[in-house]
Amino acid sequence: MSGPSTYEPKSAIERWLDTRLPVIRFSADLMAYPTPRNLNYWYTFGGILSFCLAVQIVTGIVLAMHYDPSGAGAFVSVEQHIMRDVNYGWLIRGLHANGASMFFVAVYLHILRGIYYGSFKAPREVLWLLGCVIYVLMMATAFMGYVLPWGQMSFWGAKVITNLLGAFPLIGKPITTLLWGGYSVDDPTLNRFFSLHYLLPFVIAAVVALHVWALHVPGNNNPTGVNVQSKSDTLSFHPYYTVKDGFAISLFLILFAIFVFYLPDALGKVDNAVPANPLVTPAHIVPEWYLLPFYAILRAIPDKLMGVLALAGSIGVLFALPWLDTSKVRSMRYRPAARVYFLIWIVATGALGWCGSQEPVGQVIPGLTGPMLIDYDLNSVTWLSRISALYYFAYFLVITPLLGLRETTLPVPDSLYTPVLPHDAGAPVGASPVLATEG
Amino acid sequence: MARAARILAVTMGLLCLAGPTFAATTEVPPKDIHWSFDGPFGSYDQEQLQRGYKVYREVCSSCHSMNMVAFRNLGDPGGPFWNPKYPNPNDNPVVKTIAKDYQFPDVDSETGDAIKRPGTSADYFPAPFANPAAARASNGGALPPDMSLLAKAREGGADYIYSIVTGDRAEAPHGLNVPAGRYYDPYIAGDLGSFWKGDPAKTPPGGFIAMPPPLVEGRVTFDDGTKATLNQESKDVAAFLQWAADPKLEERNRAGLGVMIFLLLFAGVLYASYRGVWRDVGH
Repeated sequence: MSGPSTYEPKSAIERWLDTRLPVIRFSADLMAYPTPRNLNYWYTFGGILSFCLAVQIVTGIVLAMHYDPSGAGAFVSVEQHIMRDVNYGWLIRGLHANGASMFFVAVYLHILRGIYYGSFKAPREVLWLLGCVIYVLMMATAFMGYVLPWGQMSFWGAKVITNLLGAFPLIGKPITTLLWGGYSVDDPTLNRFFSLHYLLPFVIAAVVALHVWALHVPGNNNPTGVNVQSKSDTLSFHPYYTVKDGFAISLFLILFAIFVFYLPDALGKVDNAVPANPLVTPAHIVPEWYLLPFYAILRAIPDKLMGVLALAGSIGVLFALPWLDTSKVRSMRYRPAARVYFLIWIVATGALGWCGSQEPVGQVIPGLTGPMLIDYDLNSVTWLSRISALYYFAYFLVITPLLGLRETTLPVPDSLYTPVLPHDAGAPVGASPVLATEG
Repeated sequence: MARAARILAVTMGLLCLAGPTFAATTEVPPKDIHWSFDGPFGSYDQEQLQRGYKVYREVCSSCHSMNMVAFRNLGDPGGPFWNPKYPNPNDNPVVKTIAKDYQFPDVDSETGDAIKRPGTSADYFPAPFANPAAARASNGGALPPDMSLLAKAREGGADYIYSIVTGDRAEAPHGLNVPAGRYYDPYIAGDLGSFWKGDPAKTPPGGFIAMPPPLVEGRVTFDDGTKATLNQESKDVAAFLQWAADPKLEERNRAGLGVMIFLLLFAGVLYASYRGVWRDVGH
């Protein structure tokens, strides 16, 4: 970790342990970790995400005790056994199913914060890459978890998504067969998905440990993007940020509880209350909300293989972001033009999400018929997806590299602490503020 | 049967996809009914559940199974025959009497012979047909869906069920060619374009369903003396199906209230600590 350790063993047993396995020193240093004093609430999502992962693992382990991963038994074990007969089964399942959505709400805000404040830029590229790995693992885990209740949307979602791999020439078919454990989505598929769904969260936990390690080497970024220069720029992680994260987690829990107790099925699809039936295709097969933008990108492209590549590319481009951004200024606080392009990117991604939930031929403006262009009406969901997807990629591949070279930035403060002085009326610029005791 | 109609609607949808133009499915949104179980403080109306159970038992259950519900569930807290005197619903005399009315196949433990025995509280509701094929054979090829989760498995839930069973479908619009054994229903998603002889722009919304209108006024006699109007029967059975699909609603709402109060207090305490810790700290 950065900086010398400040821990001093206070008792004989602590001294004894410290020379053998310094776990207390390790934890004490984590708690005393010097953290920029100007982190705002956008920086609380790291803590919220750790909390989400813990909730998913704990509730998931309990659910696995009552779940039957077989085609004949899965639906009944969830909807009859867990939801009706297991004590508080409805609560454990509600926490787990809605917890997945909460996890994604938090991870999306965490990623947006990282992009806005330039947290991916040197020297935090590895931290960012590990974050991208966690995100991909989360999507895989969530997708396989959605298959487990073995309802109609579980089954058909699994079918549609696994079929995508078949788009690759030569290797596509064998890979799909291997993934299915046969020639269609069936019992063997459910069994391996259950096994992997139990495994991957622990892989995520391991990558999270690396992510935190990679955070603690260069230290936190902060809303100004200005490096920490002196000890007076920082506060001890505990109690300053434990209490701030704790308060943020309690607010997040209120949102979580509203869904678990009052809207337990609002984020799911009614079709999943119907048992999986390979002979009946649901009218609209749609993934969970957090995967919708990528689903829209997939469908926007007329060729299946190209669609799958675009889908992979839309996530892959995130990995390349540290090397695509040429700006010398880290935080968008001082990059007014970048802020506008970023806001448009958020809107475009939101539009993609909406498109993913609609039928491809649906009209964007009701009642208006436009000219047909590449198989679709110009006023169709497909064309909105195409335009939004184009912007999605252009933002990373064209706008971000060029803007960094051409933009006019606002003056960046000399220190991360200057812009957040106590607002003393009439205090002269540069007057040294009263500093609190350091941790 | 709603599912059968759905299959039909989907098939027609796919056929349209293959054609030169695509017409999306249409339906009339279900009627918005005020239910006792609406909202964060909602609970089931026990008398309504008892009436709804009667409608289910005397009408629906002759075609629809309800495989996930056991007789004992009727006596669970929040259920139609919950009685605080019998915290173990298996002991509830009403539940026991209901179960006894049914005969279940079993094996005689002395002789090994196949026998029939009266039901117990632990038995699950018996299905009206031995298997899906038998159900289809008796219902014009359509499979009546299992009702355990029906209210959760349809967009609109109890509102939708109410709208379907009140039946605005005695009369199909003039000019609509309704196939034999099917009934027009505006609340079922469908695409009736190819069955409509009039102006394509005026194609009626909705689709076909294989279930005949199941309820009429006076179809059942309610034990509590409530007049069995079509509206009353429909509402009660929809509420009962909502309970069957979501029997833990009351427990969930009660727990939710406690959790929300705790979380608000907890957030308040944490906010106070936060303000305390950060007091006089420039940031």
